[in-house]
Amino acid sequence: MPPTTTQKQHPSGDNRFKLLDRVITKHQGRGDALIEVLHAAQGIFGFLENDLLIYVARALKLPLSRVYGVATFYHFFTLKPKGKHTLVLCTGTACYVKGAAHLQHAVEECCKVKFGETTPDDKISLVSARCVGSCGLAPVAVLDNQVAGKLTPQSAVDRIKAWQQQPDEVPA
Amino acid sequence: MEPLLLPPIPDYHRIDVYEAHGGYAMLRKALGMNPAEITSEVKASNLRGRGGACFPTGLKWSFMPRESAKPKYLCVNGDESEPGTFKDRQIFEFNPHQLIEGTIIACYAMGITAAYLYVRGEYKRWIDMMHAAVDEAYAHGYIGKNILGSPFSTEFTVHRGAGAYICGEESSLMNSLEGERGYPRVKPPFPAQNGLWGCPTTINNVETLANVPVILRLGAAAYGKIGTARHPGPLLVGVSGHVNTPGVFELPTGVPLLDIITKYAGGVRGNKRIKAVIPGGSSTMILRGTALDGVCMDAESLKTAGSSVGTAGMIVMDEDTDLLKVIWRITKFYHHESCGQCTPCREGTGWMEKILKRFVDGDAAQSDIDLLLDVANNIEGNTICALGDAAAWPVQSMIKTFREEFERRVPSPTAAATGT
Repeated sequence: MPPTTTQKQHPSGDNRFKLLDRVITKHQGRGDALIEVLHAAQGIFGFLENDLLIYVARALKLPLSRVYGVATFYHFFTLKPKGKHTLVLCTGTACYVKGAAHLQHAVEECCKVKFGETTPDDKISLVSARCVGSCGLAPVAVLDNQVAGKLTPQSAVDRIKAWQQQPDEVPA
Repeated sequence: MEPLLLPPIPDYHRIDVYEAHGGYAMLRKALGMNPAEITSEVKASNLRGRGGACFPTGLKWSFMPRESAKPKYLCVNGDESEPGTFKDRQIFEFNPHQLIEGTIIACYAMGITAAYLYVRGEYKRWIDMMHAAVDEAYAHGYIGKNILGSPFSTEFTVHRGAGAYICGEESSLMNSLEGERGYPRVKPPFPAQNGLWGCPTTINNVETLANVPVILRLGAAAYGKIGTARHPGPLLVGVSGHVNTPGVFELPTGVPLLDIITKYAGGVRGNKRIKAVIPGGSSTMILRGTALDGVCMDAESLKTAGSSVGTAGMIVMDEDTDLLKVIWRITKFYHHESCGQCTPCREGTGWMEKILKRFVDGDAAQSDIDLLLDVANNIEGNTICALGDAAAWPVQSMIKTFREEFERRVPSPTAAATGT
């Protein structure tokens, strides 16, 4: 059901849809706001699962193929769940020259998963990015949305270990 | 030269500080001028686009129809995704109001009523900063209805990209603004006739528009005396790679590359020799470290040297660099970022990546060098947008300049025979 300003709660009872509806209303449900809406959806839900894409398509009155096409075209959108923490490693030219590959190996070794994957305990997702635009700080990684520059394999592994040692939150 | 784009004034990003240093005075002056006068002033200044193609800005503005039944749009290109380039970010952070002022002046000159700033999605922090600056400018009456009491009105919207290198290409940027996949469009029709939502559109780089208030302040003649005559003005040069103090430096055009490396970027790490320099972002032709004498950071000098100024994002590589790994990595990037619309680019970049991987792994044959060159030559010029060219040029130039590096990586037949 396409949301309107007077819409009731989403059938799933998930309050996060209310937040999303607010964004859709702000853009007057216009199809050309698709990218902004997907940004908001991913910010709210963490990733874009199929149900969410269908919801967005209906709300913006767009074919699902268009929504899916856009969601898969842009690297920023992810259709898979992410871990609690994310390390985004820059693999741009400047970072590569400054040894991003060493960082990659060290981090993969430490997490026991490859880039593009999430650890089995859903704690850490490793993502590789094209240039993140901080070449002067190379090699760079973005740890939970914080840019960390001039990393060494050791300093990167230390940050990962700190995450790993954080106790699991008790579910509310 | 006093810094004109990034003046070292504390809190210059705040509107009160910007105003106290003469900010928005040029907008006031511009609104009292005839719009055509502004375009001719920008034309006379010889300002050339800072986004990589070095197209004369005033000429681009003059392509816009003066009368149009449809609305006209200005797109400000802040997608800045070329590896090695991080200059627009400095403007977002330290001088956002000069960008806004330049944008509104450009809108007035072309009779545009809506401007869109497209910033790459990775720049979350700088997007927030731009939002704050735009809100301030709206509150002070520099954007919106009847700007500074004049009959002229225009809107300014900040749009966040979603992580696609191709969206820095102007027609792809327009598709992305419309909420579509970022596929480049076939030209003609050119954006000035048929751009955003089918309306006349101009696309300018962030740094280009930040230069506009400077031109009005100094006058076209004085501006044209900064740097070289054919490519004048202040230029934001980003230096990264094996240098001691990487960063963005505001310099007049025409500073020798070697001076940039030694005087501004603190010299090469560990006092090593320079093996190679990519002068203007990863798609520009690579230059040999020993061939840098007399080469300057401006469009004409770099063209003579067989490269281009691009986005002035220099990547310096010292003698220990494995250039084949570098070119393999660059090619991998273009393969990943190819939008998939044109076969030569979609397939060719993948083929180049595979061949280069063979060189990196030591599995290549002598004939692979010419095969690689052949693939690159067949991408160049055969695609809708310049991404294909941008992928082909570094490979072509690497083979041309460093052919011996490729040859050295081909295992000799005897070694291969005994190795098995």
